[in-house]
Amino acid sequence: MIKPLLIKGGRIIDPSQQIDEVGSLLVTKGKISWLGKGEAAPPQSDHDVLNARGLMVCPGFVDLHCHLRQPGFEEKETIATGTRAAARGGFTTICCMPNTNPPLDNQTAVEYVKSKAASEGVVRVLPIGCISKGRKGKELAEIGDLAAAGVVAFSDDGEPALSSYIMRQALDYSRAFDLPITDHCEDTVLTEGGQMNEGIISTKLGLRGLPNAAEDIIVARDLALAQLTGGRLHIAHTTTEGAVDLIRRAKEKGIRVTAEVTPHHLTLTEERVIGYNTNAKVNPPLRTEQDIQALIQGLNDNTIDIIATDHAPHTEADKLCEFALAPFGISGFETALGSLMSLVHDEQLTLVTLIAKLTHEPAKILGNKYGRLGTLAIGTEADVTLFDPALEWVVDTRAFASKGKNTPLAGERLKGKVMATIYQGKLVYKVDSVKLKES
Amino acid sequence: MRTTQQIKPMAPKPTSIWQHHHILDVDDFTREEIELVFQTTQAMKEVLSRPIKRVPALRGKTLITLFYEPSTRTRLSFELAAKNLGADAASLSAPASSVAKGESLIDTLSTLQALGADIVVMRHPQSGAPYIAAKYVEASIVNAGDGWHAHPTQALLDLYTIHEHKGNFKGLKAVLIGDITHSRVARSNIWGLTTMGAEVTLCCPPTLLPAGLGEQHHHFPLVSIEHDIELALDGADVVMALRLQLERQQSGLLPSIREYIQLYQLTEARLARAKPDALVLHPGPVNEGIEIASAVAHGPQSVINEQVTNGVAVRMALLYILAGSQKQ
Repeated sequence: MIKPLLIKGGRIIDPSQQIDEVGSLLVTKGKISWLGKGEAAPPQSDHDVLNARGLMVCPGFVDLHCHLRQPGFEEKETIATGTRAAARGGFTTICCMPNTNPPLDNQTAVEYVKSKAASEGVVRVLPIGCISKGRKGKELAEIGDLAAAGVVAFSDDGEPALSSYIMRQALDYSRAFDLPITDHCEDTVLTEGGQMNEGIISTKLGLRGLPNAAEDIIVARDLALAQLTGGRLHIAHTTTEGAVDLIRRAKEKGIRVTAEVTPHHLTLTEERVIGYNTNAKVNPPLRTEQDIQALIQGLNDNTIDIIATDHAPHTEADKLCEFALAPFGISGFETALGSLMSLVHDEQLTLVTLIAKLTHEPAKILGNKYGRLGTLAIGTEADVTLFDPALEWVVDTRAFASKGKNTPLAGERLKGKVMATIYQGKLVYKVDSVKLKES
Repeated sequence: MRTTQQIKPMAPKPTSIWQHHHILDVDDFTREEIELVFQTTQAMKEVLSRPIKRVPALRGKTLITLFYEPSTRTRLSFELAAKNLGADAASLSAPASSVAKGESLIDTLSTLQALGADIVVMRHPQSGAPYIAAKYVEASIVNAGDGWHAHPTQALLDLYTIHEHKGNFKGLKAVLIGDITHSRVARSNIWGLTTMGAEVTLCCPPTLLPAGLGEQHHHFPLVSIEHDIELALDGADVVMALRLQLERQQSGLLPSIREYIQLYQLTEARLARAKPDALVLHPGPVNEGIEIASAVAHGPQSVINEQVTNGVAVRMALLYILAGSQKQ
């Protein structure tokens, strides 16, 4: 029998309940059972104690966009390694993209991921289903069947943009299930062969560029189709100033759209590619400071609803090659909080907004079908993340739980670190300095 | 014996000025380094004027040319340069298809290293490939052209050729005409010319101009842009025509080669807008009658053949300086 766990004396921040104060949380039988302010002691005394003094205590992070690579690409990541990496990053719910092999375009494949997650994973895995059969963009996948299997959204992420025709049908058909269509917005006719953001750096490096316009065009199209159909559109990894403007205006018009941005697009610019750093090769590409400022503004005025990692692990061999031959993607779980905290330290984002964008806001997009997520409300499953906002640490990819060591942040100093992660009441990650006192 | 004679006019000590173990681009070359290349090239030209065009400065060194793209003059020029300096030169041609098959560049370079290469001269269709090479091998990498990115030895031989005729670069107006987007020669020349104090004007259809140019930016030199060739050539001291790949029409960047010729060919009439003593350069191979009229390519202002001749001397100079900077 697992003893109740008292998370004692941290600063509890839960945007879902507008809580931001020092206090303690009691976890009983995997659920939040009590929340006490200040030095209040819990009603029962027979419990283990996790000392959270000096730490932030918030709902476990919810990531609407990651790649776990299983089935099919287990050399890059597995559900076992990917969920452990998520736990180290403070994520307790992660939504995995269906660009596996075979792709998640049918119930059997979705069931496989769910059963692997149940047996080998350490956090909640919610699969995203394909929009089209085989991710080929020709015919709709069995969206109703996938919805019944428990997918949380539909996406052909990683493939060329869908035709306007199929995108329209997807947005329309999925209305019956009230699930969003997540689109990677890229006009691939305009970006063919593109390797990085188009601009002075791509000119300097002699690399083919992906212009901002390629993203803006498909965002504009998708918004028009969402308006036409009334379907729910979710814009994956927004990176351009133009896209932020388009989404803002669409929201003003009442179009059903939500949008995400990644930690790397919020904190890194195209200059990271200089020297042909394949670990900075990502799609959409790292953009400019001007885009970053627009993205931050978008987060602050709720044009951009959430932060999602787009965790995209690759092997070292995958990335150890000529720039144009390297795959796109950054391994993002384990550096997400540390890099995002730079925005808080620079006063571009408040701590509460940051946590909302990682917890309550993504949970709102998911709805309550998978339980109440992103909250510390009494009676909900105890998914809790503890982090130190000021602890400085150096990114050591050898210590990553993820198989993907592909990050441009390797060797860099970040300020802000996840110290412990609790999933359904179980401690799934903890650094040594956080002390657990068993009663 | 003349063959064992040392290279005399090598006044500056290379290592005091020279900072490079590899030659990847000229973007990180200082003016002093480029001037060192000029002085050393002058000495190499003296060697080349001798009846026996050899000095043993690189005896015992092994140079391997690794070409993933076809080349005539660059490769030959390097091999002659190496032999003139007494180095052992070998070559490996890797068809572009082996790149596509995923054969590891690093594996290939490790093999060359194990075979004892001191210097690897590398041409590769992907921008940046020599930078990866430089990270993983101890041999000096000389970039003989990478994708659209850089062709530093071509730029240095162009600069040397201009230097021979014009002396000082300060205030010179250099005009580069043609496909800038896909041109590694243009990029490296922009760096080299601006470092030496020349002013660079680019002239091309807007579809062949890469993004972000024409504004001050600390990652790339400031250049002027003029799409009208006659205005671009006004008062020019140096005119460089770039090779136009015929596939640019098929990929939709140009309406037709015919229209390109009408708008951008370097003709005698257009060249008359430049200064009377303006030099005409072309990195070769020349598409006569397309980017440049035959009369201009073979005309009195053309230094295209001198560029080829200087190519050997400049590459000898670079190999000499590199070998001198390597650990013994």
